[in-house]
Amino acid sequence: MNRCALMVRQLKTHPMEGVFLILGGAVLFFLFFPLFKMVALSSPMGLFDALRQREVSSAIWLTIYAALLATGVGLILGIPLAYLLARHSFPGKRLVEALIDVPIVVPHTAAGIALLFVFGQRFFLGKVFHAIGIDFVGEVAGIVIAMLFVSVPFLINSAKEGFKRVDVRLEKVARTLGASPLRAFFQVSLPLALGSILSGSVMMWARGISEFGAVLVLAYHPMIAPILVYERFESYGLDHARPVAVLLILLCVLMFIVFRTLAYRWERK
Amino acid sequence: MMIQIKNLSVDLGGPLLRDITLDIQRGEYFVILGPTGAGKTVLLEAIAGLHPIKSGQIWMEGRDITLVEPERRRIGFAYQDFVLFPHLSVRDNIAFGLRQGWKSKPEAEARIAWLSALLGISHLLGRRPDTLSGGESQKVALARALATEPKVLLLDEPLSALDPQTREATQRELKQLHSRLGLTTLHVTHDFEEAVALGDRMAVIGEGRLTQVGTPEEIFRRPNSEYVARFALTRNIFAGDVEPGEKGHAFFSIGSTKIAVVTDLRGRLHASIRPEDILVSTEPFHSSALNSFQGTVTHIADRGSVVYLTVTVPPDFICLVTRHSFEDMGLREGTRVFITFKASAVHVF
Repeated sequence: MNRCALMVRQLKTHPMEGVFLILGGAVLFFLFFPLFKMVALSSPMGLFDALRQREVSSAIWLTIYAALLATGVGLILGIPLAYLLARHSFPGKRLVEALIDVPIVVPHTAAGIALLFVFGQRFFLGKVFHAIGIDFVGEVAGIVIAMLFVSVPFLINSAKEGFKRVDVRLEKVARTLGASPLRAFFQVSLPLALGSILSGSVMMWARGISEFGAVLVLAYHPMIAPILVYERFESYGLDHARPVAVLLILLCVLMFIVFRTLAYRWERK
Repeated sequence: MMIQIKNLSVDLGGPLLRDITLDIQRGEYFVILGPTGAGKTVLLEAIAGLHPIKSGQIWMEGRDITLVEPERRRIGFAYQDFVLFPHLSVRDNIAFGLRQGWKSKPEAEARIAWLSALLGISHLLGRRPDTLSGGESQKVALARALATEPKVLLLDEPLSALDPQTREATQRELKQLHSRLGLTTLHVTHDFEEAVALGDRMAVIGEGRLTQVGTPEEIFRRPNSEYVARFALTRNIFAGDVEPGEKGHAFFSIGSTKIAVVTDLRGRLHASIRPEDILVSTEPFHSSALNSFQGTVTHIADRGSVVYLTVTVPPDFICLVTRHSFEDMGLREGTRVFITFKASAVHVF
């Protein structure tokens, strides 16, 4: 009672804070209530039934798996670039850094179309990959490059910040101790930036799982979970889409929490 | 000749170096003295191959190593703020270089044990770098650099990140380490006393150029740079022997002059006295101060409100008096005066 009165008085003396509190509360409500309500409305039995459908479980598995593959490719291709950007300055560096962020701002269906123009079988890179037995349209590889395109900036930016925090003189000392540049990288820079790289990977993987637009254009089939949710909603309506959506949300949140905690622990170490 | 630097110039990143030529003998403790921003660290990095150079050559044991990769130069490096690998234990920090050379495990273990005993850090081997004090970190950095048996050791301001007590102890340890290992050492500093205490020879660097090379004595007596000259005016520095005295103090003898000092150190050392700590009088001055000598004013340097006097006892003492007392005493060159200072005003190092 007393505390309530105190709060009211504080809001009276700081009207701005009061307004901010109301607006902030509205945003939090907006963010969490729809997810909460959907999860709360579904029965465990309904979820279990949905999971038993082959279509559902394989879509969820494919989503996780393709996002992991994309993250793996992102690590191999992104870490060298992140290191170069952290260690060197060169003309046009700002431009390169801006380019890396472009996938975050373009609409993802448009990104999918753009990728199709390069990796489609009629186009050069598509032909090159076709020659070594990799096709993209309507294949898992298509899902992977769509996810890669929209999510790799998160990894590159995070890894870059991680490398920037590693004192360049640590590498120099390693060199005077007989380490080649490659060994100095693997024994000093990489382990010290690993926390940032891990948290960037989690972000990239999570972003990959949630991708819809670019994947829709490149590979409607095999079906990833976000597309399955959309398809069920379009064909059968809200009640049929909900269990899959809830499963997807629960899984994402769970894995996100686990990996974030791991990455955070690592960073603190 | 251990290291020859020939017309070295650097113009990328940080301070510049211009046309540096310098020879360093095998086994020498060589000190490079200069103010902050003079390019001392860049010079060390260039010698180690860590900083790109614009022109010139670096030779080591008669071989041109200008283009040799840093990992093949066998030059050890210790930075001012230690730069230990934060993700490795003390033991793994020291072992880092040994792992690169595919040394056998027992050999590496023996080397680590020997070095950590030599530096008195055996008890720290299991610790992580962020739990170490400044002095401990410094020793770990030294052990790490020495582990790979470098031919030359480069020390970048090794004492300036330490607190005053640790600093004096570390300075003595550096000297002992050098006389024990006989390792050619290049030590960079902005502190003249450090240079005098440690250097067999030294070079003065200012704004990217070498201004003077010689023994600390030579450079102190005949400074040709503003930086050293200004320093020379703020300190009397003497070389001499410390002998035990009575009642808790010792004697520092410079030729036939014996100065009472307070120190536990013995042997061939240096002493410094600030000019403002010396009292000048025309009559004998009775006080609690243990040191009182008679001498002749041989040089007068007028600095406006203060006057620097050179009083030859011998040796020469530089003393600071105010213009007011200078005129009061009617001092001129050739005047006989008494100088008096406390034993505790003398810093032995």
